[in-house]
Amino acid sequence: MLILAIETATESVGVALGGRDGVLASVTIARGRRHGETLAPAIQFACRHAGVELPDLDAVAVDIGPGLFTGMRVGIATAKALAMALDIPVVPVTSLESLAESARSHHGLVVPVVDARKGEVFWSMHRADSEGVTALSEPSIGSVDDLLAALGERGQHALCLGDGAHRHATALRDGADCVVAEERHPSAEVLVTIGARRALREEWSTADLVTPLYLRRPDAEINWETREVRA
Amino acid sequence: MRVDSDTLVLGIETSCDETAAALVMGGTDVISSVVSSQIDLHARFGGVVPEVAGRAHLEQITPVVREAIAAAGVDPRRIDAVACTVGPGLIGALLVGVSAAKALALAWEVPFVGVNHLEAHLYSAFLEDDSLEFPLVVLLVSGGHTLLIEMSDHGQYRLLGGTIDDAAGEAFDKVARYLDLGYPGGPAIDRAATEGDPEAIRFPRAMSDGGLDFSFSGLKTAVVNHVRRHPEVDSRDVAASFQAAVVDVLVDKTRRAAALVGATGIVLGGGVAANSALRRDLVAAGEADGRRVFLPGREMCTDNAAMIAAAGWHRLRDDGPSPLDLGAVPSMPILES
Ligand SMILES: [Zn+2]
Repeated sequence: MLILAIETATESVGVALGGRDGVLASVTIARGRRHGETLAPAIQFACRHAGVELPDLDAVAVDIGPGLFTGMRVGIATAKALAMALDIPVVPVTSLESLAESARSHHGLVVPVVDARKGEVFWSMHRADSEGVTALSEPSIGSVDDLLAALGERGQHALCLGDGAHRHATALRDGADCVVAEERHPSAEVLVTIGARRALREEWSTADLVTPLYLRRPDAEINWETREVRA
Repeated sequence: MRVDSDTLVLGIETSCDETAAALVMGGTDVISSVVSSQIDLHARFGGVVPEVAGRAHLEQITPVVREAIAAAGVDPRRIDAVACTVGPGLIGALLVGVSAAKALALAWEVPFVGVNHLEAHLYSAFLEDDSLEFPLVVLLVSGGHTLLIEMSDHGQYRLLGGTIDDAAGEAFDKVARYLDLGYPGGPAIDRAATEGDPEAIRFPRAMSDGGLDFSFSGLKTAVVNHVRRHPEVDSRDVAASFQAAVVDVLVDKTRRAAALVGATGIVLGGGVAANSALRRDLVAAGEADGRRVFLPGREMCTDNAAMIAAAGWHRLRDDGPSPLDLGAVPSMPILES
């Protein structure tokens, strides 16, 4: 089972190749925010140096967000086109699932928090134990206060991670029983692990059907409706 | 690689509100051309909304490419290169096509070619008539651009004039919205104008400066002022008179540009090139001046991917493939030489 993982939902570009037995190659360009320019060469580089030909791939795993729109669009368009041309499935993984997976050695409540700008955050709740990481809730979007309320409802010590947790670290530590872990961004290497596991169970999608996880509608639509209500 | 009449290029276009893919052989032979328009998605906003466009391109890109290949009835392994618009256009829209095109090129192990959207519009005329002789003057009019370009050879361009405010298509959209005629404005005005009197109102023709640049914002204001002063006016007369003013300016400046460079012919391109009055008057002007006028079919005037594949074929033959780290360029000018 050979997986290509594409991680572009943050400011960096990540590509990894691997399967159940681990990662064969991994490229991260953490600087520049030039997803459109760097992703294809990074895929080419990773393949060449891992001795992998694209037709050898069994599936493409891609981060479908929530995250930065521009980056996600580049990564998802690339994943879809590769899958179409190679006639292989796509494993869509949310950035929240990927972040949660990176805390799999932890035991307890894991809460990935991604910065949504405009004073809001995306989050979801997971349980990490010897069995692995299990989702306890669907992805949500709201203010930091909304997140604090959700944490309070759980009434458990939480491990928060992600760029949103870092941005609002003080508010989180003051308002809830939690620690903020090191991890800021989902990584392509973790995506390979999740991708391989899901591909084995055939939990995948097809090129045409994969879309970003939109937790917010386009501003224009929101403005339009506000305008209609006022009129 | 050898680029000849057997070279099959897949073209991809996602710069604005059409997701398109096409297969073109030898730079001139359109094997298939698929266009998925987003007009309905943008209609209620009265213009193209970038975020809405980006989302729709991402949904449409693989089905449209798949359909273009299926319609051509060729094995994808037969495709020799993938060409894609890299600019000008909306960044979030361009990136979808560019990323997909590079991925397809990687997967099929064929060259990727980045294409300038404006240059591609010039090639839509060659798709239907490859007997064109240089130098040509090209009038490119759409929602995003209003340009007069001298084309002295393949890949050899000189910008003669452009708009200093609104693009012609933008003026059509704004006036159509003001008159409540619908979206997109070009076809809406065209339709209304057929039942109106083009001489009912004498709107200003902004060409007093004698140069080859265009300005349409004054005309738009004149329309608004006229309707305000005469609320009872028939909107069909306003549409016809507005359209006559736009067409007069476009045709007059194009004639002057053609005379200036001694052009053998005039080529029309862009979405507004589908306008029936513009087509009629430009042909008449060409006949009067003894110049050939090339009008691509209406489906080749609006954004499509066949023109991208055709331009890509020429780029590939003359300059070779583009590097895979080529990015999207939202404000790419026409390449001048
Ligand atoms: Zn165009």
